[in-house]
Amino acid sequence: MPDISRRKFVSLAAAAPLAAAPLAAGLPLGTAFGSTPAAPSALTLSERARLRIQKQHLPNLPLISHEGKRVLFYDDLIKNKSVTLNFFFANCDEICPLVTANLARVQKLLGDQVGRDIHMYSFTLKPEEDTVQVIREYRKKYGAQPGWTFFTAKPQDMETLRRAIGFSYPDPAIDKDKTQHIGNVRYGNEPLMLWSACPGMAQAKWIAETFEWMVHPEQPRVQPS
Amino acid sequence: MYFNVFGEKVSRRRYKEMCEAAKNRRELIAAGLTSRRDLFKMGLLTASGMLVAKSGLSARAQIQSPGNVNGTAVKTDNPPSSGQNTSPGTNQNCVPGNQTASPATTPFVTPLTVMPLAKTVASLTPTPTEDPNTAAGEVRAAPFQAPLIDATRFPVVPGTLYQFNQRQFTTSFSPNLPAQTVWGFDDGTGTRSPGPTYKAVYGAPQLTRNINSLPSITQKNNTGFGMASVSTHLHNAHNPSESDGNPCDFYPAPHFCDQYYPNVLAGFNSTNPPNGDINESLATLWYHDHRIDFTSQNTYKGLFGFYCLFNNLDTGDETTGFRLPSFPQFDIPLAFTDKVFDPDTGEMVFDLFNLDGILGDKFLVNGTIQPFFQVSPRRYRFRLLDPGPSRFYEFFLTGNVGGTGSPTTNPFFLIGTDGNLIPAPVQVQSVRIGPAERVDVIIDFTNFAGQTLYLENRLNQINGQGPVAVDSQLFAQNEPVNTECTTVLGPTTPAIKPAGAGDLILQFRVTGPKVKDNSLSPTRQKFYSLPTTTDTPRIVRTFKFDRLNGQWSINGQFMDCNTFRFTVQQNSSEHWLLTNLTGDWTHPVHIHLEEHQILNRNRVAPTVPADKGRKDVTQLHPNERVELFFRFRDWLGKYPIHCHNVVHEDHAMMALWHVTPTGDNVQVP
Repeated sequence: MPDISRRKFVSLAAAAPLAAAPLAAGLPLGTAFGSTPAAPSALTLSERARLRIQKQHLPNLPLISHEGKRVLFYDDLIKNKSVTLNFFFANCDEICPLVTANLARVQKLLGDQVGRDIHMYSFTLKPEEDTVQVIREYRKKYGAQPGWTFFTAKPQDMETLRRAIGFSYPDPAIDKDKTQHIGNVRYGNEPLMLWSACPGMAQAKWIAETFEWMVHPEQPRVQPS
Repeated sequence: MYFNVFGEKVSRRRYKEMCEAAKNRRELIAAGLTSRRDLFKMGLLTASGMLVAKSGLSARAQIQSPGNVNGTAVKTDNPPSSGQNTSPGTNQNCVPGNQTASPATTPFVTPLTVMPLAKTVASLTPTPTEDPNTAAGEVRAAPFQAPLIDATRFPVVPGTLYQFNQRQFTTSFSPNLPAQTVWGFDDGTGTRSPGPTYKAVYGAPQLTRNINSLPSITQKNNTGFGMASVSTHLHNAHNPSESDGNPCDFYPAPHFCDQYYPNVLAGFNSTNPPNGDINESLATLWYHDHRIDFTSQNTYKGLFGFYCLFNNLDTGDETTGFRLPSFPQFDIPLAFTDKVFDPDTGEMVFDLFNLDGILGDKFLVNGTIQPFFQVSPRRYRFRLLDPGPSRFYEFFLTGNVGGTGSPTTNPFFLIGTDGNLIPAPVQVQSVRIGPAERVDVIIDFTNFAGQTLYLENRLNQINGQGPVAVDSQLFAQNEPVNTECTTVLGPTTPAIKPAGAGDLILQFRVTGPKVKDNSLSPTRQKFYSLPTTTDTPRIVRTFKFDRLNGQWSINGQFMDCNTFRFTVQQNSSEHWLLTNLTGDWTHPVHIHLEEHQILNRNRVAPTVPADKGRKDVTQLHPNERVELFFRFRDWLGKYPIHCHNVVHEDHAMMALWHVTPTGDNVQVP
């Protein structure tokens, strides 16, 4: 596609299957949805839901890992996996060191589950400063083990990703201030559509336990009185 | 040393945040930044037309998508699915009139559903046991407490038994939408959401076997949200901890939990033996899923219902006791939920990636979008419940909609807050409720025969933070707040919309037959006295509800199922100070086990009727300190305190505590 921008291509691709939707076609109220020959109906309810989450929240943006490897966010990092997602930046001296050090404790508690059942990902909020080398050193400083990967990207892509996975504030002034950035850790089991989040500064033992529920939701639990 | 508005010491970092937030607000307001062009210039708006901040209406959080680069028009005329963005919703969530992400639905064509009464069963197999029957698959934290106190009065197998299966099923919310796949409760007569309504009676203990029969979590059959692992809480009940439905005890299919509901007044085994304090009588309770981290998704998906509790005064028979309108014919539970639907498929959606609070643009009552209800010209009791996730309502009784002249506002009577009867009915123009709160009201339709009236929500709320900034009823003195939406709407948008300009949610058609009304006029009614609050507290504890780098916290700490943060001494009184440092956010704070009374808000005794009664949820407004009085009686074990904006709750704004015979002295748990 030499003469069509990626932006335009996405726009066209998105418009095509939706043309048949009743609202876009301006059909009157009360049109039965069951009779709509919209493309999504070929999928099951569950497949549609998974696709909706992917389209709204899990963009397939290009990222670069601390090892210099180029990956796509959805295809390579998220699809068919259980993951944890959080943001940091290397010269952050307030919340990031606390969260990163805490996640290192979580990784230790989870042992060899990380990299096998659970994939931990951290994304820089300052991709313009945090080069591959910077994030590699940052990762090393906190003793991250295999299974926990750090990423940078084009600033615009990283900003899109941050919003897509809900790491933003409703107050625009606060949202611009990176020292106040969101310290939560998003966790999710993509194929089962189990998504929630926990504070990155919560007790490491409890964070580790919540991550395990994401992988093994079939286990009951009781908390002794 | 740095201090906040309450004169409390804060960290240097917190102080810096507070100063910056205030400065930013002043600058934006001073600059009169209300147009999109201004925001664009300031760098607060992105090129594609989205505000820099995340969209407030959930399920519309969007990936920034390609679009025209222009910074001129606030309103976009693009239909929701024009290809301009790849998700449901529009580009601008804070502009009234341009919020309709869900497909259009025709209001007032479907009659209101009144949930049937829950059906009892003669026996349960296997028979309930005092200790958890782990071998049979039961998941319960501890033995039943009630039979250990008095096995004659509270037999392990009480006289009233229920078996509730939690199942997936399909239902219709509107004739304009396809069938929705949701979760509900099946008492043996079919699955429904809201679940069947319990009719419980003081002095008649009962047991419910809650069985998880939801689809397997490990199969790829999720409908997009919800965790098929449950814990069913009976909200507001004076219940033993093992049967309370704690968020940290949960189970998938095919496990079950037997929950023992003693239906006994607070004080029965302490201050007021043997029957408890009549002034602690409860009336309108509700049950809902409380699974940690997934409560918002699971209740949104349908796991809740009503539990109405009666005694020899509040009898449910309008010819006896307080003579309130008879249950269930003229005493109607109403659950108000708001939801969002995919504009293309019409399927219910939920924003899994929201940390602030979820709002919908479709309003349901008892599981139907904008139903109508035919009533007779007489008095009715309505029990209004806000199951959340995050919306606050202020209900008015609006008449003359679409007629000549202006819509009218008609008074009615408030008789209960959080479902507990207040000392005497109060005539009001409106009632406000937040997530998990309930109010009981009496509406007299006698003089409206042949007319149409509406329950109208006139409260202006545009994101998870709570009602908009300028709220004349509650805190006119507050400085306006700066959020994505208030910046667009302007800082002086009032919280209450004009009559007829709000959301008409439920239509009353006063066209039913004229029937005899044996209920007593609210002007002549008196209910219970308020329990005293003059006991010297054993301890005063402080709870700061805060947001630290987007993480919802209580006293700077986060929910942890493995830690009890403090220990209450059984049968003691305490004062709890709830403070809200989050500035722009309202937190509906809920405490399990015992009700409380509000002693003061910012050191001023309660002024509005809704604050004067017994409560189990207290709205904690921005920059407020609320002092509560508690007596923790009778039962032992673990309970939580949490924000009941369930999105905040699921993101750790909760703490576990427990009751033991001794108690501790932790003042800031």
